[in-house]
Amino acid sequence: MPSATEEDFMYAIEEAGDWREPILCYLQRGELPRDKVEAGRMQYKAWRRTKYEFEIHHLKQDVSTQSVDNGGSSSGDGGDCSLEKNSRKRRHNLRRPSKSTASMAAHRTTALHKTLATAVLATRHLSTAAITVETSLPFTAHKIDPPSRSVETSPQELLTFFRDMALMRRMEIAADSLYKAKLIRGFCHLYDGQEAVAVGMEAAINNKDCIITAYRDHCLFLGRGGTLLEAFAELMGRKDGCSKGKGGSMHFYKKEGGFYGGHGIVGAQVPLGCGLAFAQKYSKDENVTFALYGDGAANQGQLFEALNMAALWDLPAILVCENNHYGMGTAEWRAAKSPAYYKRGDYVPGLKVDGMDAFAVKQACKFAKEHALKNGPIILEMDTYRYHGHSMSDPGSTYRTRDEISGVRQERDPIERIRKLVLAHDLATEKELKDTEKEIRKEVDEAIAKAKESPLPDPSDLFTNVYVKGYGVEAFGADRKELRGVLP
Amino acid sequence: MAAAITQGVGATTALSSANSKKSRFSSRKSLPDRKGTFFVVRCDGSLTSGFNLRDSRNHRLYANAVATKQDDKTASTASKPGHELLLFEALREGLEEEMERDPRVCVMGEDVGHYGGSYKVTKGLAPKYGDLRVLDTPIAENSFTGMAIGAAMTGLRPIVEGMNMGFLLLAFNQISNNCGMLHYTSGGQFKIPVVIRGPGGVGRQLGAEHSQRLESYFQSIPGIQMVACSTPYNAKGLMKAAIRSDNPVILFEHVLLYNLKERIPDEEYVLNLEEAEMVRPGEHVTILTYSRMRYHVMQAAKTLVNKGYDPEVIDIRSLKPFDLYTIGNSVKKTHRVVIVEECMRTGGIGASLTASINEHFHDYLDAPIVCLSSQDVPTPYAGTLEEWTVVQPPQIVAAVEQLCQ
Repeated sequence: MPSATEEDFMYAIEEAGDWREPILCYLQRGELPRDKVEAGRMQYKAWRRTKYEFEIHHLKQDVSTQSVDNGGSSSGDGGDCSLEKNSRKRRHNLRRPSKSTASMAAHRTTALHKTLATAVLATRHLSTAAITVETSLPFTAHKIDPPSRSVETSPQELLTFFRDMALMRRMEIAADSLYKAKLIRGFCHLYDGQEAVAVGMEAAINNKDCIITAYRDHCLFLGRGGTLLEAFAELMGRKDGCSKGKGGSMHFYKKEGGFYGGHGIVGAQVPLGCGLAFAQKYSKDENVTFALYGDGAANQGQLFEALNMAALWDLPAILVCENNHYGMGTAEWRAAKSPAYYKRGDYVPGLKVDGMDAFAVKQACKFAKEHALKNGPIILEMDTYRYHGHSMSDPGSTYRTRDEISGVRQERDPIERIRKLVLAHDLATEKELKDTEKEIRKEVDEAIAKAKESPLPDPSDLFTNVYVKGYGVEAFGADRKELRGVLP
Repeated sequence: MAAAITQGVGATTALSSANSKKSRFSSRKSLPDRKGTFFVVRCDGSLTSGFNLRDSRNHRLYANAVATKQDDKTASTASKPGHELLLFEALREGLEEEMERDPRVCVMGEDVGHYGGSYKVTKGLAPKYGDLRVLDTPIAENSFTGMAIGAAMTGLRPIVEGMNMGFLLLAFNQISNNCGMLHYTSGGQFKIPVVIRGPGGVGRQLGAEHSQRLESYFQSIPGIQMVACSTPYNAKGLMKAAIRSDNPVILFEHVLLYNLKERIPDEEYVLNLEEAEMVRPGEHVTILTYSRMRYHVMQAAKTLVNKGYDPEVIDIRSLKPFDLYTIGNSVKKTHRVVIVEECMRTGGIGASLTASINEHFHDYLDAPIVCLSSQDVPTPYAGTLEEWTVVQPPQIVAAVEQLCQ
């Protein structure tokens, strides 16, 4: 008879305190509740579960190769002799093909995993074997050979991607509620939907490479090593914020992480990014700069000026257009004659990437880094989408339909994609992923609580950091002493 | 009178060194004889029928208004310490010394490399330091200023040369929003040690767009410092100080001052960015000025001395922040202030300085501050009109006389 071998139990983890506990006890130790009716129910449930298990097991493996009598030796750790006992009873059922359809089998695969998890108390053992993932779409290239669609990754990376993206999503949604509670004021541009760009890019580079972006910078800040506390405190204008409360949502910076902000004026960060690349070339660093901008900023003149200079001097600058298809309220086709932003560089090669697929982003960024270090600038266009409006004051539905938003959310959501990959490769169960999300939610809530406790900046902080050396508003007062401006 | 004019013109040409660009110095039109045609509306509202050509001496001095130092240096130069050079050479010396000293210093601008700079300030640097350190940029002020700021964020110390200060208007967004603000909005994480320099001011019939005096446009940007140089000595010192400063500094030079000759020390020296220079100590009135107007004021001072007045002339040099200490001491001594500047009347440096002095030293003033600035007009091309756009020595003399009554 086919029996569950050790490998099948490898990916099962210990679960505690759930409704399957009593069944488990019965299966493992033969314990039944006192009440006869309950006991009967218990036995029936146990039978049902094991029946399904073996049906699916039959679908998955070639039954004829397994000998029924192998059951005794395959207990493994935390062995389940009762399974074999039941299986011997049900032997005549085993070769009956299941009537369920493939989708139901898939559903029951999940059930199988759940039950195996309860049945066997084995710990998780993640292999470090590389996994190859195919990107969702092939890359479209302009004046360059596109990289391959297969991306090497590892289980660790997949789970990290999931966690990071879920954290970013949760942070943005929490920021949404904080804004509505009037704890965050002014402008708040949220990045949910676009997390794959941040996470994929981080995976391809190190923190000596520089990233500079516009105002939609919360998640990139996290990716570059910023903490949740710094982010929330800055959003709420507190002292513990990354810019000491003086920058706000649009001015997150992290010097040690190589994150250069956080800029409010559309497009002005691209020449700055080329300047960072210039400095890298000047110091012969072998690092690159990613200058991110949006589809709205792609029509700015200074972008083309900067691109010209970067191409002229072979600066290691990578211009990344995060094309979420709407420049505030204007759709890309209404603002640009040629919305193929990756081609806009003309003599500069370009690559169009599915920005909702973290692996495509990772592959493209890796490829771009190699290219930029050898040949100069390259443009990446990330085809992505934001679920929120342009900022918190924009409902986001006046220029696009809700169907469009929900359609993208269903079909292309970056976190869902990773979740499916994780589940397909048996790296975690649904429940584990849900638990991770719960943990993240708790983490975010704690960070918000801590940020709320952080004090507002002192009035004297008004005048600090205007100049280096801590000059006040006037460097020298009338008596040659440092005069700081006097608050009324 | 005609002889005086020719003499004046002759003197001007003799003084300018062999330099093709200087041709604009020598072509001076003769001044009209009619009295009362041009009038000066001073900031206190009174009209003076300016330019009464009674005094030929005034006339000649007027023509010489730009380079007066030459008159003093008649003695042989060989025996004195230091070396003689022109202002643009002094700038270059300062720049070169700083580039030697610190490998992170680099220059970027239009035609600074192979061409040597449109005013020869960077001549010879590109062959010496390479194309990356003395970078010829395309004509894209906004983005190369942005590039300089981005490079400064990582630790380089770029010097941006604007071919003319008026072109920096194109880079205003980068200067105002990024350069001035990044140190503050990043909570002190990044410093921007960039120097933006270039010539500005009214030249010789360069037309409205190339004769901009826009020190005042930048003065309200928080986070930047502004200095204006006027002599080879302070040009070199301020250039070095600006490069060494960790703050963004805008160094204003003047198109007509590049060929000033002066003897400067051989030793290395760095001037203080926030300090004003006492040009001529005096008792009766404080005249505050900067850049080219210093020379007009010195001309006027000669006349005033002959008339018996004792003006104290201070070249404020630091336009942001003002050196209120030196100015304050002067005001406390003389109790009268005249500000002479080339900036526009409305919202100019003089206007801020007037407000500042009134705020701090009101009790020490015996009379309202007189501010002579250039007219609120685009600089016309015609020579005579152009002269009337800026403040001329006779006007300064008249203002001081009126103030000291």
